[in-house]
Amino acid sequence: MTSSPARLLGLRTILVLVFAFLYIPIAVLVALSFNAGGLPTAWSGFSLKWYASLAGNTAILQAALNTLIVALVSTAIATLLGTLLAIGIEMRRQYGKGLEALIFAPMIIPDIVLAIALLSFFSMLDVTMGLHTIILAHVVFNLAFVCSVVRARLKSFDWSIVEASADLGASALTTFRRVTLPVILPAVVAGALLAFTLSVDEFIIAFFTAGAGRASTTLPMQIYSMIRFGITPEINALATIVMAVSITALTLSQRLNRGVIGQ
Amino acid sequence: MADGGLSPSAAERYRKLSQTRLRSNLLMAPALAWLTALMVVPCALVLALAFFRRGIYGGIEYTFTLENFSQVLDPLYAGIFLNSARIAGTATLIAVIIGYAAAYAISAAPRRLQPVFLFFAVLPFWSNYLIRTYAWIVLLNREGLVTQLLRWIGYTGEPPSMLYTEGAVIAGLVYNYLPFVILACYAPLSRLNPELAEASRDLGASALTTFRRVILPLTVPGIAAGAVFVFVLSIGNFVTPALLGGGRFQMIGNLVYDQFLTANDWPFGAALAMALIAIMLAVLMAQALLADRAAGRTREAEGGADG
Repeated sequence: MTSSPARLLGLRTILVLVFAFLYIPIAVLVALSFNAGGLPTAWSGFSLKWYASLAGNTAILQAALNTLIVALVSTAIATLLGTLLAIGIEMRRQYGKGLEALIFAPMIIPDIVLAIALLSFFSMLDVTMGLHTIILAHVVFNLAFVCSVVRARLKSFDWSIVEASADLGASALTTFRRVTLPVILPAVVAGALLAFTLSVDEFIIAFFTAGAGRASTTLPMQIYSMIRFGITPEINALATIVMAVSITALTLSQRLNRGVIGQ
Repeated sequence: MADGGLSPSAAERYRKLSQTRLRSNLLMAPALAWLTALMVVPCALVLALAFFRRGIYGGIEYTFTLENFSQVLDPLYAGIFLNSARIAGTATLIAVIIGYAAAYAISAAPRRLQPVFLFFAVLPFWSNYLIRTYAWIVLLNREGLVTQLLRWIGYTGEPPSMLYTEGAVIAGLVYNYLPFVILACYAPLSRLNPELAEASRDLGASALTTFRRVILPLTVPGIAAGAVFVFVLSIGNFVTPALLGGGRFQMIGNLVYDQFLTANDWPFGAALAMALIAIMLAVLMAQALLADRAAGRTREAEGGADG
């Protein structure tokens, strides 16, 4: 490619501007979480006091615990069901478009639609809503994401080794444990980490399926109600912690499963 | 052979095939049951709700009606639909322009740096949506960084009101969905056969003509995929208009929310949700058609037998 200095400068400028646009808002947010002053937007010295005050806020701690419960349980169920689903689909030579659409739907259906659908469903069945209904709801989209990550891995899987294993007398379970699982394990873990992050971050569906009362408030619901009251350095500190957790989980997931999320 | 049955190996193969089918069905059953019970049935229920009447004291009266759908077409609500489409459309346009430029710059960077750039372009996308939106409240509020920058360069007037405007909503949508556009546009750009652009230039085309006539048409599927994603997620968005629009800019998502949680008119809320789904499906199908048509061209352009 011919690279004139002007073209090169132009391309670099674009990269700098785009990354500035993507990272400055987050950087400001994080920087202000270490701001000593009560004013959330003007710098007046470094301090960790907002993190300390978070640790003493029982509402936030309860919300964090709720989020952890929802994310862990829904991830566990979704990882199991999503992985089985992925293997089930990929082992058959053909499947209908309807099946494909059904599995794809949870990823594209607007959150607000799934949220009101589940709210109507649960209230029509007179189900008392709480953390368990949030978990039921989160498994829906989580299993779709796990399935798509595992399927991507299985695309290059050579099914004849499964046949060979069976021909050599291994049971289906042994074949799964000794042949299939080792191949897909990185994708399964990557899918689980992705599901965990999605569940930790999910707000609207949890908001609609949590039921009345504060007992089943999750962290995003807590953050949403705090934001509506205005800007406080405490939110900045909480936001920084939540971001650090999701970014760590996602970076790990990406490392385990190069390319699936990135491409 | 007298009975004309299957040869032993064919029978064996048939047995194996049906065994695979059975196993596959068993493996898929739990997940499909979950999706059916907690997605298909609830969504069908909402669709059904849209055909009922709202009871006098909230609640639902089970008599068939099309009123909810005609109410969707009422100028007041149709206006909100159009407004949502306009805001989502503007956000899409801006996100595609910035995202394409970014993807182009990344694909022109040295090969070994490209995955790094791409990773950092996508990273913000995986942090909490609420938090990314909140970051814009911090930037745009009356005493926020933008105001302080203006003061610093000598502005002395009233702080500009940037938060709770349509511009803030659009900025929030672009910010939140830009990483996906970058990804979607990068894929075809990175697979582009560089010899095509060279050939075009050798034949005397200017850089601009080469871009317009060769590169752009071949990367349209990526642009379309990115654009559809931004549009579909923006038009149904609830959080960004609620937080950055300050409740002053109603979009369809907020309207649906109100019907279910404040106005207590579930049937109308359901009809609005169905209209939203219909718009989304139309956009997605248009994109699928476009992608099918473009697929042929792209295959030729990705160069050689196997790229």
